Amino acid sequence: MSIWEYANPKKFMQTSAWALPWAVGLTVVLLVVGLVWGFFFTPDDYKQGSTVKIIYLHVPSAMMAINAWVMMLVTSLIWIVRRHHVSVLAAKAAAPVGLTFTLIALVTGALWGQPMWGTWWAWDPRLTSFLILTLFYFGYMALWAAVEDPDTAADLTSILCLVGSVFALLSRYAVLFWNQGLHQGASLSLDKEENVSDVFWQPLVICIAGFILLFVTMVLLRTRTEIRSRRLKALLARERVA
Amino acid sequence: MMPELGKYAFAVMGSYAATAVLIAALVGLTLWQSARMKRALAEVEARQEKTDG
Repeated sequence: MSIWEYANPKKFMQTSAWALPWAVGLTVVLLVVGLVWGFFFTPDDYKQGSTVKIIYLHVPSAMMAINAWVMMLVTSLIWIVRRHHVSVLAAKAAAPVGLTFTLIALVTGALWGQPMWGTWWAWDPRLTSFLILTLFYFGYMALWAAVEDPDTAADLTSILCLVGSVFALLSRYAVLFWNQGLHQGASLSLDKEENVSDVFWQPLVICIAGFILLFVTMVLLRTRTEIRSRRLKALLARERVA
Repeated sequence: MMPELGKYAFAVMGSYAATAVLIAALVGLTLWQSARMKRALAEVEARQEKTDG
């Protein structure tokens, strides 16, 4: 069995129909467990007080805002190289989901920043690159809506996605190579010494898994809608010709 | 049951409320678009089946 089988819309619809109920169930369980644990059963941080509870929303959404763009980059590259329609439709489907996570990260970041930094916003490298990523999400969706021919739209949005990837990567790594700004370093790292305390880390990991599955569920559902929309257009075109 | 959020209650509750609203909007819009497209496609497929015999 090859991964390219899923480039067949029929195969994708069959497989996603089977996977969706599992994805929905797991998403709900993980989000409820992670958020209830984090909100109700973890202590305040000795420095940040109760604002530490925002970590369960801010970190997973910021991670997924960047990862969604990376997924769009991979599927756009597949379109450019192999011309598989399902792959570029998955990229199109992921954009509003990624944008939602980006907005959540920005809003929760501002609400967290105000009491901790004394300001809602700062032109910090990570915050600024994140804001530019948000604008790329809007631009990507606007470009899809503006171009009528679907294949031309797919080509143009794929190129835009490649360009926007610079800012997606910058959002992730800005804190490492720009030694300035208010935003702290990574909350989770393979280097154990840099990680948040276990008492926060355990529900945080569950919330991250929940946000990943929420992304997968939404993208599967939206890709199915995009495939149906493509089929509807083809059928209507056939009607017009007949 | 409700944890004591103290002077940061606005920041914490505001974050949870904003996230809930944004996720609810995304899920709601996704389900609405999905249902609308399913219905439209089913109508056209039924019409074409009738025409094709």
